[in-house]
Amino acid sequence: MTERKIRILLAKPGLDGHDRGIRVLACAFRDAGFEVIYTGCHQTPEQIANTALQEDVDLVGLSCLSGAHRYLFAKVVELLRESGGEDIKVIGGGIIPEHDFTVLRDAGIQAVFTPGSTLDSIVQWVRDNVKTSKRQ
Amino acid sequence: MPYFSNETRKRSKMMTAEWEQRVQDFLDEHPDQKPLWTTISGVDVKRLYTPDDIDELTYENDIGVPGSFPYLRGNHTTGYRSKYWTFRMFSGMGSAEDTNKRWHMLLREGQTGLSTAFDFPTLMGYDTDHPKARGECGKCGVAIDTLEDFMALMKDIPMDRATTSMTINPPATAIWAMYCAVAEKRGVPLSRIGGTIQNDMLKEFIAQKTFMCPPAPSVRLISDTIEFAAQHVPRWNPISISGYHIREAGSTAVQELAFTLRDGIEYVQDVIERKGMDVDSFAPRLSFFFNAHIDFFEEICKLRAARRMWSRIMKERFKAKNPRSCWMRFHTQTAGCSLTAQQPYNNVVRTAIEALAAVLGGTQSLHTNSLDEVLCLPSEHAVEIALRTQQIIAEESGAANTIDPLGGAYFIESLTNELEEKAWQYIQTIDDAGGMIQAIEKGYPQMEIAKASYDFQRQIDSQEKVMVGVNKYKTSNELAVPLVEIDDRIEEEQIKRLQEFRRKRNSRGAARSLESLREACKTGENVMPCCIEAVKSHATLGEICDVYRDVFGEYADPGLF
Repeated sequence: MTERKIRILLAKPGLDGHDRGIRVLACAFRDAGFEVIYTGCHQTPEQIANTALQEDVDLVGLSCLSGAHRYLFAKVVELLRESGGEDIKVIGGGIIPEHDFTVLRDAGIQAVFTPGSTLDSIVQWVRDNVKTSKRQ
Repeated sequence: MPYFSNETRKRSKMMTAEWEQRVQDFLDEHPDQKPLWTTISGVDVKRLYTPDDIDELTYENDIGVPGSFPYLRGNHTTGYRSKYWTFRMFSGMGSAEDTNKRWHMLLREGQTGLSTAFDFPTLMGYDTDHPKARGECGKCGVAIDTLEDFMALMKDIPMDRATTSMTINPPATAIWAMYCAVAEKRGVPLSRIGGTIQNDMLKEFIAQKTFMCPPAPSVRLISDTIEFAAQHVPRWNPISISGYHIREAGSTAVQELAFTLRDGIEYVQDVIERKGMDVDSFAPRLSFFFNAHIDFFEEICKLRAARRMWSRIMKERFKAKNPRSCWMRFHTQTAGCSLTAQQPYNNVVRTAIEALAAVLGGTQSLHTNSLDEVLCLPSEHAVEIALRTQQIIAEESGAANTIDPLGGAYFIESLTNELEEKAWQYIQTIDDAGGMIQAIEKGYPQMEIAKASYDFQRQIDSQEKVMVGVNKYKTSNELAVPLVEIDDRIEEEQIKRLQEFRRKRNSRGAARSLESLREACKTGENVMPCCIEAVKSHATLGEICDVYRDVFGEYADPGLF
């Protein structure tokens, strides 16, 4: 039995169109050997949670540079928990002030990556923290 | 006639050869710090430029004087001596009242033109109470749902004198209609108002990702605005064809240049074909918008090349006869993506270098970023430093004394040529693909930019390229800047205001005006008169955009990477 690749959903919740960061990360995750699904800009939290469940992903990475992260990130976690996806880890990135880190952690966001984070450091975080323990 | 005499060319070649010999001797003992020297976009830069590098130029066809074809050295015959570029700070936050207050502060401090940042619901054509708008109100700019909001935004702004630029794309017709309606209410005729709507949808699909309807109907709405401006609002720029966002999305300087100009070609073609208008009847009001990134000389050359290329496109491709059709008039903004969250005070220095490049490149209008814009909306103090940066360049540095002061320099002219040549190759590829709409549908410009931005990030991660404070010269002792935060309560207040507006209006009148707009969308009649009627009948921004979404359909991001 070969180990399944780590499956990641990258998504941009809300109306923000700043997608440079998340698309660069998508390339880095792909080159690191993960399976990447990127659903493009302007996704609602509901669409993101549904895709995460349907695609059976191990991790959801959210990006927001508009300032609406507090509401949007928390909403995705809440919807995942409501619909049986509580084992799916959620991380976030973007323009996020440091004092929001605790707010987001309390809301269930496992890690926050802001400008200056290297691609390698994010890939390493995934390797250290995400397991493909689920269904084969 | 060649640029240099045969005698000069011969002597120059000889002297260069001697110098190259000395370089080899020197390198044995003092090797270069790194093997490759390139611009930030990866264009190779030689150790030295000499007459050999601009040997191909002819003075009349390729350089010339300011105010004449090919406009390399500027559109204006007297440069900045009669008027500096417009100091135009992009600004918008929270409610219409909050933004109006910031505008008056900027005008008091010496700003000479206004520029509007809208929040995401407004940019995407949703009213603030739309479920998709939740959490975004006022965060990235000002929230505008109704004509009432727009009147509050324009309070005490002299609409007959101040020019207003508005960064608005899919809902550009609705926002411009509001501007026209407010002017009318104040007794300012449409022939007197001046300003710009960004209204450039192709770069939204390529880079900024604020889209609503698919590319083809989006371009049609733009042609409607270009026609309406030519007929009724002659001092208005109905489009600002933008490379800024293409660059921010991670493109190279050449891609920014090429994709922007190719977008411009697409719009001109559509107006000629759809509206049957003569190119000279609208081309003089087309305007452009570029990025001023941190690679000083590359940016100066990019702006010079842009002017020369556009004049060639207008003259050769579109057979324009009016010299003003050949003017590429452009606004410039310093590069948001060059700023760093680390050691944010360094951003003042970056912005100053970029602003100087924009001025030496001959910009007509300039926004300088604030040091804190990488973290939040700018504070009053930070904006003031950014505005003062422009004023120092204009009035202290001497940069505006003479026209195109770097013109004729071997390196500058050589790099200007090289960027132009590389950009023509991209334009050819897009022509071969059948035009920009087809290229976008194939994902071509999107993927070119994606590749460039990934390459750049890997070069930063590997320290091949340096960002001070990010991958070199880091400090653990960061000096914090105070952060501006937009209160979540603004959303509740805006929703209350919007719902009150809808309750008080004559709903039938609003509905009727939206029906007329729907008809115009279907028949191909110009939508602008219907849009103005709709906002005057108190239809909201979201309702107008719902008509567009309904008739033309919605564009979904293909999510390419």
